[in-house]
Amino acid sequence: MSTIPTLETTFDQPWRLPSRGRVAMLSLIIGESAIFTIFVVAYIFYLGKSISGPTPQQVLEIPIVGTICLLSSSFFIWLAELAIEKNAMKKFMLWWSVTIALGAFFLVDTAIEWHKLIYEDGLTISTNLFGTTFYSLVGLHATHVLLGLIMLSLVLVFTLTGHVNEHHAERIQVLGLYWHFVDAVWVVVFTVVYLLGR
Amino acid sequence: MADQTLPVPGTLDVTPHQHAEGTFLEWLHDWVVTVDHKKLGILYILYSLVFLVVAGVEALYIRIQLAIPNNHFLAPDVYNRVFTMHGTTMVFLVGMPILFGFANYLVPLMIGARDMAFPRLNAFSFWLTSFGGLMLYFSFIGGFGLYGAGNAPDVGWFAYAPLTAKAFSPGNGVDYWALSLIVSGFGTLGTAINIIATVLSMRCRGMTLMRMPLFAWLMFVVSGLTLVTITPLTAAQVMLLIDRYLGGHFFDTQAGGSAVAWMHFFWIFGHPEVYVLVLPAFAIANEIIPVFSRKAIFGYPAMVAASVGIGFVSLGVWAHHMFTVGMTSVENAFFVLSTMLVGIPTGIKIFNWLATMWGGKIRFATPMLFCTGFLFQFLLAGLTGIMLAVGPWNWQLHNSYFVIAHFHYVLVGAIVFNIFAAIYYWYPKATGRMLSEKLGKWHFWLFLIGFHITFDTMHFLGILGMPRSVYTYEADRGWGTLNMIVSAGAFVQAAATLIFVYNLVISYFKGQEAGNDPWDAWTLEWATHSPPPEYNFCTDPVVRSRRPLWDLKHPEDPDWKYE
Repeated sequence: MSTIPTLETTFDQPWRLPSRGRVAMLSLIIGESAIFTIFVVAYIFYLGKSISGPTPQQVLEIPIVGTICLLSSSFFIWLAELAIEKNAMKKFMLWWSVTIALGAFFLVDTAIEWHKLIYEDGLTISTNLFGTTFYSLVGLHATHVLLGLIMLSLVLVFTLTGHVNEHHAERIQVLGLYWHFVDAVWVVVFTVVYLLGR
Repeated sequence: MADQTLPVPGTLDVTPHQHAEGTFLEWLHDWVVTVDHKKLGILYILYSLVFLVVAGVEALYIRIQLAIPNNHFLAPDVYNRVFTMHGTTMVFLVGMPILFGFANYLVPLMIGARDMAFPRLNAFSFWLTSFGGLMLYFSFIGGFGLYGAGNAPDVGWFAYAPLTAKAFSPGNGVDYWALSLIVSGFGTLGTAINIIATVLSMRCRGMTLMRMPLFAWLMFVVSGLTLVTITPLTAAQVMLLIDRYLGGHFFDTQAGGSAVAWMHFFWIFGHPEVYVLVLPAFAIANEIIPVFSRKAIFGYPAMVAASVGIGFVSLGVWAHHMFTVGMTSVENAFFVLSTMLVGIPTGIKIFNWLATMWGGKIRFATPMLFCTGFLFQFLLAGLTGIMLAVGPWNWQLHNSYFVIAHFHYVLVGAIVFNIFAAIYYWYPKATGRMLSEKLGKWHFWLFLIGFHITFDTMHFLGILGMPRSVYTYEADRGWGTLNMIVSAGAFVQAAATLIFVYNLVISYFKGQEAGNDPWDAWTLEWATHSPPPEYNFCTDPVVRSRRPLWDLKHPEDPDWKYE
């Protein structure tokens, strides 16, 4: 067992492979997209098939403020990603907190909408097919926002305790990818549920 | 043996082995908390072998029940549970975990990495998957909530609506079915993500994508397919649970819902799932056939392209399970054509394997025997597949034993045969000892004979009109003799499997020492110790061709000169 250079140890060309975090998050996003596709297809397929009211036309209002909040949060998380790359931690904390606040506002907006639908319009998940598909699709998305907010808040806690610095920029950006995905899905859900489906 | 002429310097640690003696508890703790891809791979494989035996016993129950007409060996409701659990177990607790187990064990070794991209996610995925399996089997005692008799799922492995509605399936059997598959589905998703990240981000220096062993390539394709395959099932099962628990109406036809929607959602998962299972079997053949033919694989780029092609086409064929539902003629025509299209890349693969064997110096060791059996049987399975893809033929034979025979030809004749081949081939690497060739040959021939007695005969039963999932049948149908033959074959296969299990155990203690490279193979996993140390390779390997160990053994004529 000598040292013949067989499985060679020298390698002169540059050898770069993609970041495993990014690859994994993109894979997760592909998988999640398939879940959302099934729910979106179900929503479209069952449109107008409810045999009793209320219908989307009667009860749905466009959640314009919540939508603006959620979509603009993608911009602020991008600013935060830029800030942490330059190790501007104050700026990072500011933009990160703004992102969390906007996401949280979106959830509050959804909660208000659901409260109105349930208590004023009498639409629950078991009322009719519209209720079933609406609450499951919008609820699935809201669950993703909630999960995202939990992860964003964890990062904020670690930042406040001084555990996050520019070495974590890539991980922060991977988390940012997830948040961008949640926002992009909302564009689809919003279009299907509130624009086409009404 | 070959390894004496093969010093694999650099990758081997030559310091003498230190045997860590520990108590049983320490040993157990070590296996439970491990994040090592090799240990997790072995855990996956052992876990699925246990369930292979369990689901095999369920198959024997089915065959005893059907062996003679008007039989009452099992009660009708028990029979429904047994065939549901047989199917669900074989697909979700045997097929997927064992193939991901091989991927776990082999992909990092083959691409010269020290572990998977995310070792802890890997462990998490395994324990999720295993929890899913245990939960499914817990339903036998807990399906009614732990008082009195249990109630395993009894709705068939595809669980068509509206049978799964609360009104028709009271108790918790269906809930256990849905929940355990959601849980193990998340485990599978985690593993798939892990394999993709490993293949794309962890390859050793010099291993470009087109130098990667085909095994790693196919596992990469399978994982990509899994991402978009398992998730629709998860979505459909969430819908089912919403229907059952929150009063939703997805599959409730009385409230405007659609039972056909469940069929679509299920088969959007269900058909690509077949390819998720069979592509790893191809992956195994891609490694074994060249080594035992002493030739490099024929048409490497075509193999890669065909695998990716199968991955994409398989996403567009699901409704060939639904020709009898009454789709429009446009839909029927589309799914007939797309299903036939998938035969093209598959045919390319068969020709490539044949061309690899052609003119080779073939050694019929047990792994190669199983792979050769696979080639024949997979060809036949493909041909009956093309027959069933023809709409009118399908209307005649749908849900008959012809369909059962067809997909068992794929699942047993192709996939199980290659799983056996893989175990005979890589067992020496994982344990350091060879499996007994003598017992292996007994295993192969008995299993082959039993397989053909059972599944060839099933085709005839199907053409004679015997439907699947029936509890029993009248004597005047004339199915009695054939069913007895099918059942007899099942017991021959069971006997062969017992030999295999005996071989696995006895060879672990008494098998011949394997050395590092018993088959004179060419991929990186044979360049390290058997069993490999926790860190796999002492130094990170560098490769210059598709067959790094060939280059090493033949410095006068290395592969990289021709690339």
